[in-house]
Amino acid sequence: MKKKDIILIAILLCAALAGLLATKTFFSNDGAKVVITLDGEVYGTYPLNVDQVIEIQQDSGYNKVVISDGCADVTEADCPDGICADHAKIRYDHETIVCLPHKMVVEIQGGETSEIDVKTN
Amino acid sequence: MSTKKLTVSALLVALAMILSYVEVMIPFNFGIPGVKLGLANLVVVTALYLLGFRQALLISVVRMLLISFTFGSLTALVYSLAGGLLSLLVMALLSKIRGFSVIGVSTAGGVSHNVGQLLAAMIVVENLNLVFYVPVLVIAGVITGILIGIVAKMIIPSVGKVLGTNNK
Repeated sequence: MKKKDIILIAILLCAALAGLLATKTFFSNDGAKVVITLDGEVYGTYPLNVDQVIEIQQDSGYNKVVISDGCADVTEADCPDGICADHAKIRYDHETIVCLPHKMVVEIQGGETSEIDVKTN
Repeated sequence: MSTKKLTVSALLVALAMILSYVEVMIPFNFGIPGVKLGLANLVVVTALYLLGFRQALLISVVRMLLISFTFGSLTALVYSLAGGLLSLLVMALLSKIRGFSVIGVSTAGGVSHNVGQLLAAMIVVENLNLVFYVPVLVIAGVITGILIGIVAKMIIPSVGKVLGTNNK
């Protein structure tokens, strides 16, 4: 084995390890996302682990989405029924809060799966 | 092409086929899909060093065609062609550069073989996310490449002596 062989092998291994680390830090831990859709079109995608307040003002009305402690919640809305604001916080994969009058959907994507299979009221 | 060269090439094709087959028979699994020893690469490296690029290309392509038609499928052929051709090209270029031994050349060949197959897979399944698989395949290629290189380094001088074609 010659010197250049060892250099080549070292470079390849370093590049591979760097690639592995990069994928680990940048892609595997971004985890769950909160996707907000307005009338079928994606309005915005937000990480579930970053606390923030998203205020959505449409012609049809106003909704306030709060992301905190790994949960997403609609805290304020001026829709007539207010179902979205009454809805519980969501945190598990595919959970949704829907505001029908404003055609707004808040959905969790890529989150943990809920341990509860089905819930009846 | 001299008769001797033709016969030797045919012999190497047969050997490569057997090695590909043996590899399927050995229940040697790294636990990662797509990672194999690449025993047939041993023949290609040997051919590259003893018979030159054109002969190695011929042997490699004939082997891949035969193996895919007998044991594999058409998709398998696409993958092995992509891997095999890229690997051979890289090895041929690297062997022209001074300072690399068979082990270095074979390592580069192993890595480029895996990368070539992955590129083909990305085109076939139209999924760019396979890129995240590259580091794993590079490491696997380095390991198998070094192993093949060590064996090639041992057999090339003796095979060359038998053939009397040790012109490199």
